[in-house]
Amino acid sequence: MTSPSATADDIVAPAERASDNYLTHEKGILSWLTTLDHKRIGVMYLMCVMSAFLLGGVFALLVRTELLTPGRTIVDHDTYNQLFTLHGAVMVFLVIIPGIPAALGNFILPLQLGAKDVAFPRLNLASWYLWVIGALCMVLSLVINAADTGWTFYTPYSTTTTTSVIPALTGAFILGFSSIFTGMNFITTIHKLRPPGMTWFRMPLFLWALYSTAVIQVLATPVLAITLLMLIVERVVGIGIFDPALGGDPVLFQHFFWFYSHPAVYIMIVPAFGVMGDIIPTFSRKRIFGYKFIALSSVAIAILGFLVWGHHMFTSGQSVVSATIFSAISFLIAIPTAIKVFNWLATMYKGKIHLDTPMLYCLFFLWVFTIGGLTGVFLGVMSVDVHLHDTYFVVAHFHYVMMGGSITAFLAGMHYWWPKMFGRMYDEKWGRISCGLLFVGLNLTFFPQFVLGTRGMPRRYYNYLEEFQGLHQLSTVGAYLMGLAFLTTAAYLLGSLRKRADAPANPWGANTLEWQTPSPPAYYNFHNPPVVTEGPYEYADWVYNKRTGGYERKAADGR
Amino acid sequence: MAQSTAEPLADHAASSGVHGHDGVHGENPFLAHHFDTPRHQFESGKLGIWLFLVTEVLFFGGLFCAYAIYRSLHPEIFVWAHYYLDTFWGAVNTGVLIVSSLTAAWAVRNAQLGEQKKLVVNIIITIALAFCFLCVKYVEYSHKFHENVLPGRHFNPTHEAWELESYKKAHGEAALPVTPEMHPAPAPAAPAADGVAKQPPPGAPPRPRHVSVFFSIYFFMTGLHGIHVVAGIITWLWILRRALRGEFGPKHFGAVDYAALYWHLVDLIWIYLFPLLYLIH
Repeated sequence: MTSPSATADDIVAPAERASDNYLTHEKGILSWLTTLDHKRIGVMYLMCVMSAFLLGGVFALLVRTELLTPGRTIVDHDTYNQLFTLHGAVMVFLVIIPGIPAALGNFILPLQLGAKDVAFPRLNLASWYLWVIGALCMVLSLVINAADTGWTFYTPYSTTTTTSVIPALTGAFILGFSSIFTGMNFITTIHKLRPPGMTWFRMPLFLWALYSTAVIQVLATPVLAITLLMLIVERVVGIGIFDPALGGDPVLFQHFFWFYSHPAVYIMIVPAFGVMGDIIPTFSRKRIFGYKFIALSSVAIAILGFLVWGHHMFTSGQSVVSATIFSAISFLIAIPTAIKVFNWLATMYKGKIHLDTPMLYCLFFLWVFTIGGLTGVFLGVMSVDVHLHDTYFVVAHFHYVMMGGSITAFLAGMHYWWPKMFGRMYDEKWGRISCGLLFVGLNLTFFPQFVLGTRGMPRRYYNYLEEFQGLHQLSTVGAYLMGLAFLTTAAYLLGSLRKRADAPANPWGANTLEWQTPSPPAYYNFHNPPVVTEGPYEYADWVYNKRTGGYERKAADGR
Repeated sequence: MAQSTAEPLADHAASSGVHGHDGVHGENPFLAHHFDTPRHQFESGKLGIWLFLVTEVLFFGGLFCAYAIYRSLHPEIFVWAHYYLDTFWGAVNTGVLIVSSLTAAWAVRNAQLGEQKKLVVNIIITIALAFCFLCVKYVEYSHKFHENVLPGRHFNPTHEAWELESYKKAHGEAALPVTPEMHPAPAPAAPAADGVAKQPPPGAPPRPRHVSVFFSIYFFMTGLHGIHVVAGIITWLWILRRALRGEFGPKHFGAVDYAALYWHLVDLIWIYLFPLLYLIH
């Protein structure tokens, strides 16, 4: 991609411009809270999501600490139920779903399009406020008497428990609209604000992934919203739609819930695929292999993801015919997913691989996500699932996918775009150490849970048989290691903010548009709207400049 | 927009140069900084509102799905319960909404042609009809509340279906010997769900179990639709305020168009609700 040569606009007061970026353009907390700038909204999302991640992480560590011994360790059984419920609800609704799209996507998507902003900046800010209100509702539930239903809110328990389910449901309901607004914004932005020359098949893969994600957000989330609303009304008024005593059907709730929540796991993982698609070619210094297949497999996953919700309900008494169909379609999803993994591997093949922190996280992702994905195939087999249903095998599977997939890719993306977002390079050595620590911690936490699950340890149990203690303790030690890795990550990332701005415009030699504006970007992103003349993964023109520590374009600069 | 003289949504280039995020184009106060032309902005907004309507359809879709499932499993409940609904008022409301959709569409046309006065009149008529709809709904709801025809566990009707005028009309007065002891019908305190069903007269079927499911769906769907009507009124009042300020014209009518699209959807949902809830046989 090339930008047109400098015009009069670019030369105006360069000294003044160098210090004028989106972070310094306006000052004061109010200028942040009322901003319509997608970059600031992205940064606010990032801070909020990270705070929620800390909260959810503390809950996780408390859960793991409680499981150190078969009986009571630190909390009673009711508190334990509330802890795992809040851990799940916070991590799913407050962290993983908004993580990559709302935090990183908000910042990067308009930049990758060479646009000044998303299509609807006010809607974007509204979505952030909805996130905050939703998060406060969840915290309210925590303060009053935290819900203990599990994050899935299954009826009839969720309509009968005495804990404060309504604030948690209201929170999830509001967060759903936050997610819908982001999705609508992204679809419109990608359709209408692409720069001249950027055809659909010249879009960076991150945008393809965000687009597919946005389609799922827009199509699936309203169904969750209405389901949660019915549940709220059921609790308040007793309408009985899910209550068998009044003629309702609790399994209908499961259908509605998973009609959203299975596509929602693709809301969580597809943006992660997009991050991989941008980082792997950059650090392999090689054009992406099978671009169209990767791009369209995101769309295929988005579509197929709507047709598999029944695989969460093999033991719910649904008919064998529909279970068989759901099982078969679930297997189909392995195909586009495998296409992606193989294409990333083929991209790295004979590439000139740079093992910087973002790339290390990508390799981490490939290992861990593949384990998570393949164990998902086991669970898609009906006969196996009947045995593994509601055991730790399921817990391990989705943590490998959600934590090893989404969170790892989120960290990869955060390290990749951190210099762009804040204009600072972080400490590379500590980045690699933390990545390694997290890798060990994650496998130590969740691999023993596969074993526990196959031996019959049910999920969500407070007490367990003595024979499981060794594996549980291994898992808990792994969780502590992960906690440590996150602390060091937070320390060196936040530490980098205290330094002077030192990041070059393009530290990794990437060829997508966000790297063709200064780090951090100017208030209005680009001085001149860029024009695109080539694909996003052409690296031949970019050469490393030792003096600036970044890559510069050979042809355009004449060097 | 009084000052607009250019042809509708002209594709002329926007002023170049640098705009802040909250800044606007110098020549057109209604063109946001990140769009090139009014047409660009209008088309983006149009795509956005259609996406929003998609989410609305899916939002109601869950309820239509619940309706379909319970109706296919228990058709007798729906046949029994529909006698409690007043087809006349339902039909009136359908007419009211269809006319309001017409005036909403007309308002869009007025905005596009810059017919300031007609625009204001059509918006006011739309709002008035929306209030009219809510008034009729209020009459229907209060009647049901009075008769204890309520959703879920509160369902405990004062009158059984065979005591209702609509039932007698459908089945003929003669087919139903109304015994004197059936009037007045005291509502017994209901320990069980659905209250205590009275003995049906000869020739009439007994009340099926869980008729309350129908009223749960009825109140949920019409209630949620009513909330959308209220949201529509608020939207139209906002549009009215902007219209009175002369903000709409041939180059800038997007907001009227989007509001009208939303209003058509609210109308359309009612057009499905009316036969599904009122016209069951």
